[in-house]
Order: sequence, then C-alpha cells, then structure tokens
Amino acid sequence: MDLQINGQTHSVEVPDDMPLLWVLRDVLNLTGTKYGCGVAACGACTVWIDGIATRSCQVPAADVTGPVTTIEALGDTPVGAAVQAAWIDKQVAQCGYCQSGQIMQAADLLTANPTPTDQDIDDAMGGNLCRCGTYVRIRAAIHAAAKTLSEDKG
Amino acid sequence: MSRLTRRIFLFGSATIAGGVAFGAYKVATPHPNPLVNAVRVDGVTFNPWIMIDPTGVTLITAHTDVGQGVSSMEALLLAEELDLAQGGFETRFAAPDAAYFNTALAAEAVPFMPTDTGRTAETMRAVAGAAVKLIGLQLTGGSSAVPDSFDKLRQAGAMARETLRAAASKQTGVAVADLRTENGAVILPDGTRIPYPELAATAATLKPVNDVRLRDPSEWRLIGKPVPRRDMPAKTKGQQAYGIDLRLPGLVFASVRLNPAKGGALNGFDADVARSMNGVQTIVPVTGGIAAVANTTWAAIQAVNAVDCDWAPADYPPEQDAHWDALSASFTEDNLDKVWREDGDVDAERIHDAVVVEAEYRAPYVAHQPLEPLNATALVTDTGAEIWTAHQIPQFAVRLAAKAIGMEPDQITFHQQFAGGSFGHRLEFEHVIRAVEIANQMRDTPVQMTLSREEDFAQDFPRQISMGRMRAWSLGGRVDHLEIDIASPSVTRSQMGRMGMPAAGPDLQIAAGVWNMTYNIGRLRVRGYETPGLPPVSSWRSVGASSAGFFAEGFMDEILHAIGADPMAGRIDMCKVDYHRKVLEAAAEMSDWTRPRPAGTGLGVAFVESFGVPVAEVVEVTDTPDGIRITNVWVAADVGRVVDPLNFENIVQGGVIWGLGHAMNSQITYAGGAAEQVNFWDAEGMRIHQAPKIHVRGLENAPKIRGIGEPPVPPAAPALTNAIFAATGQRLREMPFDKFVTFA
Repeated sequence: MDLQINGQTHSVEVPDDMPLLWVLRDVLNLTGTKYGCGVAACGACTVWIDGIATRSCQVPAADVTGPVTTIEALGDTPVGAAVQAAWIDKQVAQCGYCQSGQIMQAADLLTANPTPTDQDIDDAMGGNLCRCGTYVRIRAAIHAAAKTLSEDKG
Repeated sequence: MSRLTRRIFLFGSATIAGGVAFGAYKVATPHPNPLVNAVRVDGVTFNPWIMIDPTGVTLITAHTDVGQGVSSMEALLLAEELDLAQGGFETRFAAPDAAYFNTALAAEAVPFMPTDTGRTAETMRAVAGAAVKLIGLQLTGGSSAVPDSFDKLRQAGAMARETLRAAASKQTGVAVADLRTENGAVILPDGTRIPYPELAATAATLKPVNDVRLRDPSEWRLIGKPVPRRDMPAKTKGQQAYGIDLRLPGLVFASVRLNPAKGGALNGFDADVARSMNGVQTIVPVTGGIAAVANTTWAAIQAVNAVDCDWAPADYPPEQDAHWDALSASFTEDNLDKVWREDGDVDAERIHDAVVVEAEYRAPYVAHQPLEPLNATALVTDTGAEIWTAHQIPQFAVRLAAKAIGMEPDQITFHQQFAGGSFGHRLEFEHVIRAVEIANQMRDTPVQMTLSREEDFAQDFPRQISMGRMRAWSLGGRVDHLEIDIASPSVTRSQMGRMGMPAAGPDLQIAAGVWNMTYNIGRLRVRGYETPGLPPVSSWRSVGASSAGFFAEGFMDEILHAIGADPMAGRIDMCKVDYHRKVLEAAAEMSDWTRPRPAGTGLGVAFVESFGVPVAEVVEVTDTPDGIRITNVWVAADVGRVVDPLNFENIVQGGVIWGLGHAMNSQITYAGGAAEQVNFWDAEGMRIHQAPKIHVRGLENAPKIRGIGEPPVPPAAPALTNAIFAATGQRLREMPFDKFVTFA
C-alpha cells in the first residue's frame, strides 16, 4: 500500500491491520514517534493524519488514506516550528520520550485554537501522559508558542 | 575493622559490598583511565572524563541519563574549569568501568543520620566509600550523580586545563603564567588563540598537571546559572534516539511473555498458532517464559500473546489480602530488622496529658512504568556479545548477561543508551538477561527485545508494600513521646538477591525518611520490621521514604491537630537543625501559610529529609463539586548548592507530580499470583488537568552538596493527605487516596 508521510509517498508491504505506529517505527525507521502503551492511553504515538492529531497505535495501516505528518517534519509548519521553539525555550523535556506526542498534540491545539486558556490546554492535552511530570512547563510552552504565533501574524 | 566493614557495607539504598578486608595502598591506587585505549594516536586523555584530539573535545558522561539531565550537568562541571564554550564539545556515555566508581553512594549507605557530621559518622562514610572504590562500582541511583560529580569533575577539568596551558607553553615558548584559557582555546598575550585540539599532540607528551586550584564560586560562569540542557533540541524534534530506537543492519524484533506469577517456572507451552502468524520468524524459550522473534515489534507482541502457556505457581501468596495479612503479622521480635532510634527513656512509666493518638497507615505496591518500555538490543556471536540498553548498573548488567549465556563479562561490550525514564526500573536485569538469551539462540543476528506495556506492568518489581503503626503521647501541649513501627519487605535484600550479592544486616530503607527525622521529641522510638515471603520489590523513586515518610508526616499532622498546635508552627517549633528549619520557614513564607483561605480550601504541610536533602512541601487543595482539586504546591529544598536552577526547578516539579499522582491513583494488587493492573488506565499517575501550579525554591544552607532526583517525592503524599484533612476533615491513612475520595 502507499502511504503519504511527511510529503513523500512510501510503498510498504504490511498487513492491513498493522497499526500505523509500527509501520512508521519498524518498517520506515521513523522512530521519532514513540510506542508507550499500545491502547491510546498515553499519547506518545500521536501523529497528524489529515492535519488532525491521532493516536497512531490505533489506526490500521489500511485505514490511513490522508497525508501523515510526524514529529520529524512538524517543524516545517509554522505552528510546529513555533511549538518546538517554545519547548526548547521553556526547557520542557526531562526524559523526553513523551514529548513527540505532546508536541504533535499541542500543535494541533494551536491550529484549532490560537489563544488557548489553561482550561483549553488541560482539555486538549489530557490524553498525553508525561511520567516525568513536565506538565507545568508544557502549559507555559503552549502559551509562549501561542504568543509567538499571534505576534507573527500581527 | 573487618567486623565493622561487614556491618556497614552490606546494606544501603544501593550499596554493593562484601565483607572485604583491604589495605590502604589498594584503596589509594587509582583505577586506570579506560580512555587510554579509546583515544586516537594523535590525541590525549587526561583522566577518564576528557579526551581531546585534532577533531575536537569529547567529554564522557559516567552516569546513566534517565531523563534528569546528567549528561548536561556533568559536561557543565567539566566545562566550568576547562573553559569550554557550550557546543564546543561532544558528550559520550562511558563504557562500564571501575574508573567511574561512584564516590557519593557510601554517604547514604551507612546508618548515620545525614545531619550527623561527627567523627565516627564521617569515618564510617570514608570506609564505606573506600569499599565502593575498591569494587569500582559505577552506579546511577540514590540521587548521587551531582554529589559524585561535583568535586571530581571540576578537578578533572582543571587538570586538563593546566596541562593544556603547559602544552601551549611548550609549543610557543611563552611562560605558562602568561597564558589564559577561554572558550576552548589557550590565549596568548597577543590575543592569538590556540584551540585545544591543536594542543592535543603536545599535551600527550607531558606529565599531566595534577596540582591544580579549583576556582572560587565567585569566578563561576556556569554553575548556579540557568544553562539550557544539551539534549533539549533533539528531544523536541524527535531526533533523540533511545535504546528502543536503535536500528542496526539486519535487526530483528522480539518480545517476551514471562510467568505472570513472578519468578515462577514455565511448565510447558504450545506455540503452533504463534509460529504460523504473519511476520513471525521463530518462538524460543527463555528463562521463565517464551519469546517471539519477528519482523516488527508489533508482530512479536501479537505472537507471544498467542502462545498457550502452562505456568507454575509463584512462591508468594497469590491473593492481595494475604500480603496485607503478612505485613500485619510481621511486627514481632523475630522480624525486627533494627531499632533505629531510641531517644530518651521510652520504656519509663508514662505520665502524660490525656491526648494519645494511635493510627495505622498503609502504602501499596506501585509500578515504575517509565514511558519507554523496558527493552534491550543484543548481538551474540561465537566469540562474544554486544548489548545496547539504558542501565543504571551497567557492570552488573554485563555480569548477569554473561552468566546467562555462559560467557565471561570481558567478552561483552555494553553500549549505554539514553533512557525514556526509569524511576528505578532500569536498576533491574530481567529484560537484559532475556534479550541475550534470545540473541544467543540466533547468533550473529542483532535482536531488539521490547516488552509490551502489559508485559512491563506484569513483570515490574514494584515499590515495597508497607505498613506503619504509630502511637504518640503529649505532655504540656508538646509531643512528648512518639513510637513508629514500620513493616515492609526489604527492597535492598530483594534487589541484591537478584544481583547475586550477599545480603545481611539491617535495611536502611524500611524506615527511611523516619529514622533520620530531626524533630526534637523527648522520647522517640523508630523500629523497622522485615516482612518475609512477599513478591520481589525494587527501588521506586525515593525508595523507603516514599512510604515511611507518608506514614510519619501524615501521623505528625494528626498529633499536632490533637494537641491543638498549628501543623506548620508545630513542626518549625520541633525542628532542631537550623538548615532544616529554614526549609520549613521558606515553605511557610512562600505559601503565605497564615493567610486565611476560603471554606473548602485547605493547606497541608509535610517535611521529609531523604538522601540528605530536607524538603518541605505545602499542598493547597479545594473541595469542589467534581472532587478534590490540587491548586498549588510550594516546595523548598536544600541541596547545599544548586548546580543548574533551570533543571533543578523542572526536576523538583516532576518529583512532586510523581509523588502526588501515585498517591492519588496508583497501586499494584495481586490476584492469582499476578498483578491485576495491566496498562496505564489502571495506574496512570497524574495527568495535566490535575497538575497544580508548583512553586520551587532551592536553598543553599546545607553543608554538603546533594542530588534532587528523589527528595521531592516523599513529602508530596503526606502534604496532600494533610491538605485534604484541612479542607474536608477527612483523614486518609492509606494510598492510593482515590479509594476514598474523588479527584477533580
């Protein structure tokens, strides 16, 4: 089957029911997307499909019809670049293993809602687990990215 | 001496030792520098942490980076004295070697209170330290990375700097006194810069300059300043490779399923269905279970789950109730591990006021579950093996892996990896042993073995289950007499057993955070009891203090309420160590403790010293229609010296969230010999919508530098239960608290 990933077409021969996560990681070696739980309980595997943040561990490869964006290419989008810059500026990560998913989800939030409140952030990010507990800085980084994006537009 | 060493060496939060006798000469002899074999012929190495050749400067990180930034911290300490610019060097994890023995472990492994700096205590620490050196134990744990590194890496950096100045002098004829160093270069009086790599060949011909002066803190450019972590860009862009991301040529993927009754045998299995599954190469037996090898991790996980296994029962009680019964029955003379404190005449006839408080507290097993599941990649050939994984005791990972496949440790090359979290989980060995067992059955093929999250939960050796029984009496409005008895399995004995190390003597962890309390109580008795016969347990971020600290500080709140004292003022009043009291006073000031809060909002305070670090936390909760909401936490901690305030704040906040989140909603319970919790929905810790604002202050009054990885954890749970009492009047004495209240 053909998959559109980060602007490129990849032809892969995988079982229809293999989750996209494993196609990315173990077939295409795009290892920035992480395996955490396999049951959509942690959000580490979050990618964009058709521009919407999606848990790639729950999407069978055969069901992926739209273009996929992963953390490796998120920085090519203005919102992704702003989020990543804010994440570095606020020094968010500890172990960093959840952060690909956090950042994909945060960039999705800011695309839909350029000026999120703390409540909006909590609602949108509640599915992304961080075992190191970087939540305070995640909130701060999302607000900072929102500010950058609004200034760029202004 | 030998009797003494036997007594103190055998136990500690993470200490390895034997009852060894040794001479002063052997202890004074340094371990050889392993970089001598790694450096290029045109390069130079001054010590085990620094290597320079014409292509650049390489700094070696001795500790395992489990997410707390040690690779940045250790480079920062070296760079401070070596005058390196950020970005002017590379870092690399050390190969396992005795030269990287941990110089700070011993301080926490002797049964003396951290506040005791008397001659006997210091002598014991020195003796224990000599043993760790002799064994050459390289270990990450016990919040010891900063205290292990602080002096020795600055020393290493200064030594390299002075040798490079000498080399520049030899190369140019300019006197050493007229040369200075800056941004990775020696600077001549006329301003000419000679980058260090251009001095490497000359430096290699010189005797290293060992007699160096460390800089005064007033001269520091980096220490104590906010310095961005080196791993941050890669971890933000999906470019950080963890062990699970390794993609070697010819790599195959594997997963295992082991007996859910931990340590139990596999009686037999039927793998016919699994063998025929898409992508599956083979099903092989491993110790206590089976493994599938496949073309993706997903196929391997599907395959192990399709194998029909006949498991033998475990050698511990299969049902959870029996575990609590075992704790309850273990407060006996037979199980007494140690009387840790007996201050004042606790057995004298008691003349007291009417107030007597008595309570039993409970702490459950809790899983570690870092977000990167345990994994290891192994390649076994006829002559040796290679292992790629993140491990906190790499020498023992190598030793146990070698034993599992009938090789010698020196036939194994170990490649340390960045870890996607640990919290103590990567002190264990089962996954490394299973990975080499699989790779040994398919020699010359690299095998990446990854546990499914469900298997990781099932095989996690959790935090100790524990029970505290406490009684207190007051006299004249003060706490006059306090007795604390704590029973739990011995974490240290459990772990050291798996390492094949001797295990005798009292376990410092059973009553950790309690036996070292510095409250001024006239009569105080603290006893630890070891509960036998329970499943394996392991170090969980802050170890014994995570449960014992909860008991003592929850109960202290009960006592203070009973005698009509303010929980904060009462603690400050009892605190007899100056730098401890200042931590409490800081938390009181930060939280504006005396300001009245609206009805339904409550403040709770707790104070625990663990790993030598006094930490006071104030938790603010509000009782809302949706349940208890944690709104603010104020934390004051004294580590003597804050190396990097930016990272310090992050680690403290994370520790608070770890402590609070698991107290709220996480436990492991056993049924049929197996853990009942299978994935994060059963035990998830805190999520962002529950995360409070967390205000952090690092104090620097303590006499010794300490680490901050674990100490923020123990006060979190008792501060929370105390806050819930203040807000609602409900006293919670057992974790997880969501058995009794709802959290918004």
